[in-house]
Amino acid sequence: MRSLTIDQVAGAVFAVFSLLVLWETRKIPFGFLAEPGPGALPTLLAVTLLVCSIAVIAGGRAGKRLAEVEWTEWRHAVAILGACAFMALALEGLGYRLTILVMLLVLAGIVEKKGWIAAIVFAAGFSLGTHYLFNTLLRVPLPHGPFGL
Amino acid sequence: MLETLQSLAAGFAVALAPDVLLYAFVGCLVGTLVGILPGVGPLGGISLLLPVTYGLDATSAIVLLAGIYYGAMYGGSTTAILMRIPGEAASVMTCVDGYAMTQKGRAGAALAIAAVGSFVAGTLSVVALMLLAPPLAEFALRFGPPENFALMVLGLFVLAYMSSGPMTRSLTMAALGLLLGMVGMDTMTGLFRFEYGLSELGDGIGIVPVAVGLFGISEILISASNSGGTVVRAPRLRELLPHWDEWRASAGPIGRGTVLGFFIGIIPGPGHVISSFVSYSVERRLSKHPERFGQGAIEGVAGPESANNSATSGAFVPMLALGLPSGAVPAIMLAAMMIHGIAPGPLLIQQQPQLFWGVIASMYVGNVVLLLLNLPFVGLFVNILRIPYSYLYPSILAFATIGVYAVNNSVVDVWIMGAAGLLGYVLRKLDFEIAPIILGLVLAPMLELNFRQSLAMSAGSYGIFFTRPITGVMLLAAIALLVLGLRSIFTRRARPGAQ
Repeated sequence: MRSLTIDQVAGAVFAVFSLLVLWETRKIPFGFLAEPGPGALPTLLAVTLLVCSIAVIAGGRAGKRLAEVEWTEWRHAVAILGACAFMALALEGLGYRLTILVMLLVLAGIVEKKGWIAAIVFAAGFSLGTHYLFNTLLRVPLPHGPFGL
Repeated sequence: MLETLQSLAAGFAVALAPDVLLYAFVGCLVGTLVGILPGVGPLGGISLLLPVTYGLDATSAIVLLAGIYYGAMYGGSTTAILMRIPGEAASVMTCVDGYAMTQKGRAGAALAIAAVGSFVAGTLSVVALMLLAPPLAEFALRFGPPENFALMVLGLFVLAYMSSGPMTRSLTMAALGLLLGMVGMDTMTGLFRFEYGLSELGDGIGIVPVAVGLFGISEILISASNSGGTVVRAPRLRELLPHWDEWRASAGPIGRGTVLGFFIGIIPGPGHVISSFVSYSVERRLSKHPERFGQGAIEGVAGPESANNSATSGAFVPMLALGLPSGAVPAIMLAAMMIHGIAPGPLLIQQQPQLFWGVIASMYVGNVVLLLLNLPFVGLFVNILRIPYSYLYPSILAFATIGVYAVNNSVVDVWIMGAAGLLGYVLRKLDFEIAPIILGLVLAPMLELNFRQSLAMSAGSYGIFFTRPITGVMLLAAIALLVLGLRSIFTRRARPGAQ
């Protein structure tokens, strides 16, 4: 795996994805080539993606190896993606202010190690300030949590 | 001509209305800040701020987004000249001689020439846009579904051909984007596709969460570990005046950069980036002292900065006249128009004259605003670089979430944003271009509709795509590009020692 090039690995992933799409399109009526139905273009596009993926694999034998790619920022990336998942899960249950407060506290206080006082001031100021700006001033409806928070 | 001037006057009446003027100003200001911040770039900036435009009318929304686009071009030069950090990709060439001038104590002159060049190029290219777009749109009124289909196919192929990597990689990205655009209800039969019981996917995968994720979130994921603030020294106001010989040396590069940038900007692809590279190499080739380039030649600042601003206006030509985005930024603007119920295409100028001419007039106004903003306040703007990124990125993440959630009040969109962010991050780490994905996603519904309508027109004969002259020429051009792109890959592989 480590000796494979980026194009070989990425091309293989896209090829598998296109095959999955082709498998899923069997449930959608294809129609006829002369009178395409709702499944026709997805099928044609999945085949196009498959052909392109094979071309990427074929053309990428001499390219950069996957092992040469540096993922130095992966810890930050995992924390940020975790924050995204947390917001998606908590936004409608905890409400905007609490969700953003917790997210910012974790990112500034734990991930960035900014010190708890600075992190609390930043998180509370940002979540309350932006709620006032968007919800009250700009009338963008933001979700509310327990006790109207 | 008289009719054009009358329309422009009506456009100024729209653009100078206090609220539209305010949005032009805000757009230019935000764009300048986005351009200054390394890594955010116009694409990430527009994606993140797109949801803010939902409460606005279509004209104000496009004026705001356009202001961000060309404001970022102005702002990008500031950090390039003062710190050798390109605020966005189009300013890479400005780093070379701009920073060399800073080291020689001529930062003020470099900033002034960059701002004046951007102003001249921005203004002249809007004149060209104003003159070129209406006749092009009139010509495109002859287009039926087959021509529209062929135009979209050609646009995708040109973008793939112009991309920095192999064409097969870009086509893969475009196909992926088009496939994502197939999710949701089929407009001709009402059948749901790939929605897996999620009613939120019935209308398809939203362009906003995908754009914010692919460009905004992926940028945060890549840059988050650079958390330090930066020390900068901005020149004082009196240091901004260039010498007479610097003005004289810059006049030609500004003129050439304007023309080059405009025409390169029209072609699908990252025109604002390519134009600055082309302009730099043209100026070096034309110079009697090419050895000065890299050592602080003012022509190396004037040309590329003018070219990238001019390319911005050029990119609006196919977008406003044909409804065809020439890159990711115009694609997002097109999405904004659709969100506001405006149908893009050649009828736009006839059906929405206040929007078209209002946007054109606001570009003139925006160029003046940017000139006034960028020179006297340059010291103020670079202060934004002192904010530690460890506070900046959580704030950007929160803004992105508010914006994406507010579109449909749906957490599904927040999930899509996160997934698109991860996809964008991985693809960028692997050097894949992500712009074709968003272009494919935007074009997919129109492409499918025009494809099926064309076949309905011809009673199922595919000959319709080759027997109609305009369609035939466009599709043959697309095939020629494909052959050229593939040939270059195989030639490179066949060459001994090729990478």
